[in-house]
Parts: sequence; C-alpha cells; structure tokens
Amino acid sequence: MLQIKLFARAKELAGAAAIEIIWNDGETVTRLRERLGEQVPALKPLVPRLLVAVNRDYVKDDAVIRLTDEVACFPPVSGG
Amino acid sequence: MIFLTDTPIDYHALTESVRSPQSGAVVLFLGTVREMTGDRRTLALEYEAYPEMASAKLAELEETARSRWPIDRVGVVHRLGHLELGEISVAVAVSCPHRRQAFEAGQFLIDQLKVSVPIWKQENWDDGSKEWVDLQH
Repeated sequence: MLQIKLFARAKELAGAAAIEIIWNDGETVTRLRERLGEQVPALKPLVPRLLVAVNRDYVKDDAVIRLTDEVACFPPVSGG
Repeated sequence: MIFLTDTPIDYHALTESVRSPQSGAVVLFLGTVREMTGDRRTLALEYEAYPEMASAKLAELEETARSRWPIDRVGVVHRLGHLELGEISVAVAVSCPHRRQAFEAGQFLIDQLKVSVPIWKQENWDDGSKEWVDLQH
C-alpha cells in the first residue's frame, strides 16, 4: 500500500488527510491518477488537476513512485 | 528567516530582522485579507499548508533569489488558520544594498510564493458559504 497525503479540497473531497491505495513499487504518476480515480471516487472530478509531490518536490506524470516515497496530492496552490 | 505561523505576524520585528548597516534598502510586502472580490464580500479566510514542503519550497525560493540579487537578509512569514478581514496573511521583507534590487527581489519572492509554495486559502463568503480558492496559473 502507498500512503498519500491530501490537502485543501482534495482532503475535503476524500474526507481524510491521508489515504492508502494499492500500489506496485515503481509505477508512475499517471498510474497514480488512474488508481486515485478508481479507489477514491470522491476525488475523481479533481484528479486531472491534482498536483503531485514526491519527497516534497513537484513531479511530472512520467515520474516513478517507490513504496518508500513521501507522496502528496493537492489542488493548484493559492497562498499569499 | 522563513516560517509558518498560527499567530498574528509581527511585521515590525520581521522588518527589523532584515535591517543591517550593509543594506541601504529594505522592502516589506504585506498581503492582507481583502473584503471585495468582484461583487462578492469576504468575511474571513482559512489557510492550510503542507508545512514540510512549504518550508522546503520557501527555502528554495530564497536560494534562487540570492543567486539573482545581492540580498543581504530575507524574512518570509506565512500565516495559517483563520484570518479575519484586514489581517496579514503573508509578509516578505528583504534587504539589499540598493532599492531596485530590494524591490525586484521582494516581488520575485511573493510572486513565486503564490505559484509554487503548497499553501491554500478558503473563502468564507458573507452568504455563509465556503469555497477553496482555485486559481489557474
């Protein structure tokens, strides 16, 4: 299982600050988006626009995620 | 000095912390909770952060700014939690030898903060509704 931190509207839609999804070590961010949509239906409308951070840095859809990585998903930022 | 806080930002102390005899220019930017967005009236804002990543991204921004301008000292503070109208949500203070550098560096820091630091705000509108601010960058 891969633990994923959620923030802002993503946290609200999922109803949790962190979720776990089924994961095979080394799959990509593209796969993560698919699995989020399948396993957390409430997140589905937001999935295409979610930003993904691995080990506290933004990553693109072809990035690989390890089971030991710190992963977070959240909507576009709006600080300031 | 870069940090996130749940309590009101002491911008006087922040400004003092970047002053030094090496710098002839100090620029302070304050972001405050604005009442009107178009025709809609804000009562309050709620801020949330991914604290570990926000701190890391702010440190990166400082490093990038230092590589572009001859910055002496930098202070960035972002408030989190519930903020009433008029309260300060973010403060950026920067000191440089000359004013143009200080203005440019300060503008860079606040502009980049708004696009790359994982912090979000939720509007509390005067009709009682709440809505996450969703900007297209």
